[in-house]
Amino acid sequence: MSDFSRRKLITTGLAVTAGASGLVAASRLAERYGLIPPDHGTLYGAGATLTYAAQRLLTRHSMAREFPRSEISNPPFANGEPFKDEAFTRLQAGGFAGWRLTVDGMVAHPAAFSLDQLKSYPSRSQITHLACEEGWSYIAEWTGVPLSHVLDVAGILPQARYVVYTSIEPGWWDSVDMADALHPQTLIAYGMNGGDLPVGNGGPLRLRVPRQLGYKSVKYITRLTVTDSLKKFGKGLGSASPEAGYAWYAGV
Amino acid sequence: MADSVWVAANAPALPAAAAPRHSALVRITHWLTALCFFALLVTGLEIVVSHPRFYWGETGNVHMAPLFAIPIPASRATVPTGYGYTLPDQNGWSRALHFQSAWVLVFTGLLYFVAGFFSGHFRKNLFPRGTDLSWRALSAAIADHLHFQPPSETEAWSYNLLQRLSYLAVVFVLFPLIVWTGLAMSPAVVSAFPVVVTTFGGQQSARTIHFALTILLTLFLLVHVAMVILAGFKSRMTAMITGRASTPRGYR
Repeated sequence: MSDFSRRKLITTGLAVTAGASGLVAASRLAERYGLIPPDHGTLYGAGATLTYAAQRLLTRHSMAREFPRSEISNPPFANGEPFKDEAFTRLQAGGFAGWRLTVDGMVAHPAAFSLDQLKSYPSRSQITHLACEEGWSYIAEWTGVPLSHVLDVAGILPQARYVVYTSIEPGWWDSVDMADALHPQTLIAYGMNGGDLPVGNGGPLRLRVPRQLGYKSVKYITRLTVTDSLKKFGKGLGSASPEAGYAWYAGV
Repeated sequence: MADSVWVAANAPALPAAAAPRHSALVRITHWLTALCFFALLVTGLEIVVSHPRFYWGETGNVHMAPLFAIPIPASRATVPTGYGYTLPDQNGWSRALHFQSAWVLVFTGLLYFVAGFFSGHFRKNLFPRGTDLSWRALSAAIADHLHFQPPSETEAWSYNLLQRLSYLAVVFVLFPLIVWTGLAMSPAVVSAFPVVVTTFGGQQSARTIHFALTILLTLFLLVHVAMVILAGFKSRMTAMITGRASTPRGYR
C-alpha cells in the first residue's frame, strides 16, 4: 500500500514538474515569437493571450475583406459627437494646414509630417468594414498612406516591436505590433468615400486598422512613437483600452 | 499484480447501483460547460445592452432600420431607445470574461467530442436506439411528457428519446453554431477565413443568429432544469455530481 502511494506520489510529482516546465518553455517560446500581448497580466489575461497568440499564428498575413462600392453604407455613419477643443477648433479653422503628425522613438529620422506631405506619398484606397465593440458597424471607402510607408520614410530601427499612436483627444492612445503596423491595409487615413475624412469619422487623420475592432482605429492622431517595449507608456498595458478594462488586442 | 487478479476473480458481482450513472468525463465537462454558459450568458447580455438592436446583412447602425430591437434602455447614449436614461456600461470586463469563458467552453467541448466518440458515449447514450426511431415511439414519448408521466425506472439509467434528441441538438447543432457565429464576428478570423462569415450573409446576420441561438440555449436550460426537478432533483443532481444513481421511491 505504501509502495503504491509512494509510486503515485512520484508519478504525480513528475507529471506536475513536466507540466510546469512545459508551460514555462511554452511561454518563453511564445514571448520570443511575439505571441504575448502587453496586457497578459490582467485578470482575464489568459483569454486575451490565447486569442492574440492563436490569431498571430493563423492570421499574421491575412487581408481584411474588401467590398464592392455598392456595399458602402449610405448615409455614412459617424459615431458620437465630433471632438472639439480650442486647439482643434483653431486647426480646423485653418483647414488643418497646421496639423502635424510627429514620428519619433526608434527611427533613424524623426520627423513631423503635414497633411500635404502625407498626401504626396503613394496612397491606397480600400472599402472595408468597421465594427464597434458595442455591436454596430458600417462600410466605407478609406483612403490614406500605408503606415508602413511612413515608417519606411522615417527609417525604423531593427529592434522596433510596436508603434504607439496618440490622439489630440485627451486620453486616447493605442499601439499595434509590427504585424499590424507593417500590414498593407493599415492606413494613416485622410480620406473617406472620395472626399476628405470628415471630423465625425476622425478627420483630418485617423489610423485605420481594419483587422481589429473600431476602437483600435484611433481618431485625430498627431504622434507615432516606434518602440521596443510598451512598459513606459501609460500603465504599461499597451494602450488606454486595457486601463479601462478592454483588451489591447482587438482582433477578437 | 497477483492481488488485483484475485480481487477481480473473487469479488461478488457489483450491484448495478454502484456503477457510475455518468462517467467522470461527462460530469466534469457538464459542469464546466454549465459554468461557462452562465458566464457567457450574463456577459453576453451585458454586451447586448450597449446596442440592443439587431440587423441582417453585413452592416447595422442607428441610421439603419433594425430587423428588431429589444425594448430596453441601452448602456450607450448614442443608441435611440425611447428611454431618457442609459444603463451602467460594463462592457470592458464583460467582453474579457466572455472570450475567456468561450476559450474554456471550446476546449471543454473538444475534449467532450473526442472522448465522446472514442468512449462510445454518443453511440450508447445519445444516438436514439433503433427501436425508438419511429413516429409511434416519438409520439408516445411526447404524450408521456405532456401527461407528466413520471419517468420509468430504466430512465434513471439511460436517456429517453426526447432527451436524446434534445441533447443531440444542443451538442451537435446549437453549441457548434454559437461558436461559429461568434467567430464570424471576429474581424481577424474572417480576414483569414472569409467563409466563416459569408456563410451567414454578413457580420450583422451572424450577430443576430448568435443572439437567437442564445435564446434557444436558454430555453433548453430552463426546460432541462425543470425536467431535473420533476424527475427527482436530488437523485439527478447526485448522479451528475458523484456519478452514483439510486432508484428513488415513488418510481414505477
